[in-house]
Amino acid sequence: MPNALLTIDNLRKTFGALIATDGVSLGVETGEIHAIIGPNGAGKTTLIHQLAGMMGSDSGRVIFEGHDISALAAPARVRRGLVRSFQITSILKDFTALDNVALAIQAEQGHSFRFWGNAYADRNLRDPALALLEEVGLGARAHVRAGVLAHGEQRQLEIAMALATRPKMLLLDEPMAGMGAEESARMTAYLASLKGRITMLLIEHDMDAVFALADRITVLVYGRAIATGTPDVIRADAEVRRAYLGDA
Amino acid sequence: MSATITLARIVAALVLALCGVMPYLAPAVGEPFLIGLFARSMIWGIAALSLNLILGYGGMVSFGHAVYLGVASYTIGIFAFHGVTDAWIQWPVALGISAFVAFIFGAISLRTRGVYFIMITLALSQMFYYLARSAEMYGSDDGLTISRRSDLGISWLNLNNRVTLYYVIFVCLLLSLFILWRIVNSRFGMVIRGIKSNETRMEGIGIATYRYKLAAFVIAGTMCGLAGILEANFEKFVSPDTLNWPRSGEMIFMIVLGGMGSLFGPVIGAVVYWLLQDVLSDITEYWQIIFGPLLILIVLFARGGIVGVLNGKRRDA
Repeated sequence: MPNALLTIDNLRKTFGALIATDGVSLGVETGEIHAIIGPNGAGKTTLIHQLAGMMGSDSGRVIFEGHDISALAAPARVRRGLVRSFQITSILKDFTALDNVALAIQAEQGHSFRFWGNAYADRNLRDPALALLEEVGLGARAHVRAGVLAHGEQRQLEIAMALATRPKMLLLDEPMAGMGAEESARMTAYLASLKGRITMLLIEHDMDAVFALADRITVLVYGRAIATGTPDVIRADAEVRRAYLGDA
Repeated sequence: MSATITLARIVAALVLALCGVMPYLAPAVGEPFLIGLFARSMIWGIAALSLNLILGYGGMVSFGHAVYLGVASYTIGIFAFHGVTDAWIQWPVALGISAFVAFIFGAISLRTRGVYFIMITLALSQMFYYLARSAEMYGSDDGLTISRRSDLGISWLNLNNRVTLYYVIFVCLLLSLFILWRIVNSRFGMVIRGIKSNETRMEGIGIATYRYKLAAFVIAGTMCGLAGILEANFEKFVSPDTLNWPRSGEMIFMIVLGGMGSLFGPVIGAVVYWLLQDVLSDITEYWQIIFGPLLILIVLFARGGIVGVLNGKRRDA
């Protein structure tokens, strides 16, 4: 894959006898949205954990921008521009929505060994954080404590935090999880608006969203990538239909 | 943080004002012992403040915090034992040793989480406790009497004067409060609070949390060392018990009592703790029998401690 931003090379992960990731290889090209679909337990979230550096791999390599990042810890991968979102919403619940995003922006601006200035009054943090919240549609909720936001709003905040770190590539772990149809459609439209700017690896169960957004789709079953192709090809693939899309 | 006037802040201001006037107020109301009680409360207040940075703001339950206080006290005592009383030598060395010990404690314990973290801080502190007990030259079990207080070399700052010593402690408390206030609202402070709230998330936005937690440990340890310096000069005595884990437990009491993760909470907690001890020990020698259940009630029904109750709900003081 010559133009690949992210190359996954024969990645493996086992938990005892269970093979969660079974020699997965794939490449994600700069600018594309690459979706990974598969039934529950197919190892999708495990794969995200491995790519993000939050879980070690038994073997195989992760190559990002031509560098082998397999040995890097999670924070170091984020600083290189490979950023994940979480399937189970992971935000700072005691912080306001604005503080959540401000903290992510702070992380992107370099080290935080600054002990004296008041971060709550720092316009270099507050202004871009507010702008970003407005962009994802949470501007009016900036000063609400994140823990009391509605589920859909928390999902938006989750994305806003990921974006605040200025990623080159997003690893999106079911961004529409638990969302209603309307919220889901809005999130799909928003992700579509980021297309081209940010490369994405998207795990999602919402097939409308997947087929609307993805340039290419990989089907993961029992830790193995059984097919990769354009949405049309995947839709037509007999093995995929049998394994996942529900046709007998 | 906005400068709104809350009940908790009024109480905090009152407590600080009381600390400020006590050397004159106590004799006037015929209770001169209150001077000593408040001096001790302020020293413990500084220690509890420093622990609050890692416990209340950072969510790290350390049972080794008394060690930083103890090693600073011992440093003052050992210097004095060998005839060195110059504060400009004693104090920086004591602070440096506290910082170094905190660095070692942090570097080891912060690699673990939860119960293991607590156990390791406990184990490390007990090492120092037994080390002090076995130091025969410096009094071992009996402790070390400090014959001469630190000499600041400034005629109007003679620590042998009770009132001067009292106000040196008072100024150190104000200074510690100010420093902590700046730190918890800084970028660094945001990171420390964020780690308490959701450490995985912090890593997810690219923050290598270990080094921030370690830095917080060192800052807290150094500030606690200041309390140790003051205590050595106040008590003119230091014993192995200073390093023992129940002392760290008492600091945690004060924080829980006053209000975890609030700026003034630990100071209010320290003052109330010593007042309660004084009042309760008039009733019974076994005053902890009353104090223990009281603490349980606070944990069960007033999780924000005194500051939390005053504010009606949880918020920063």
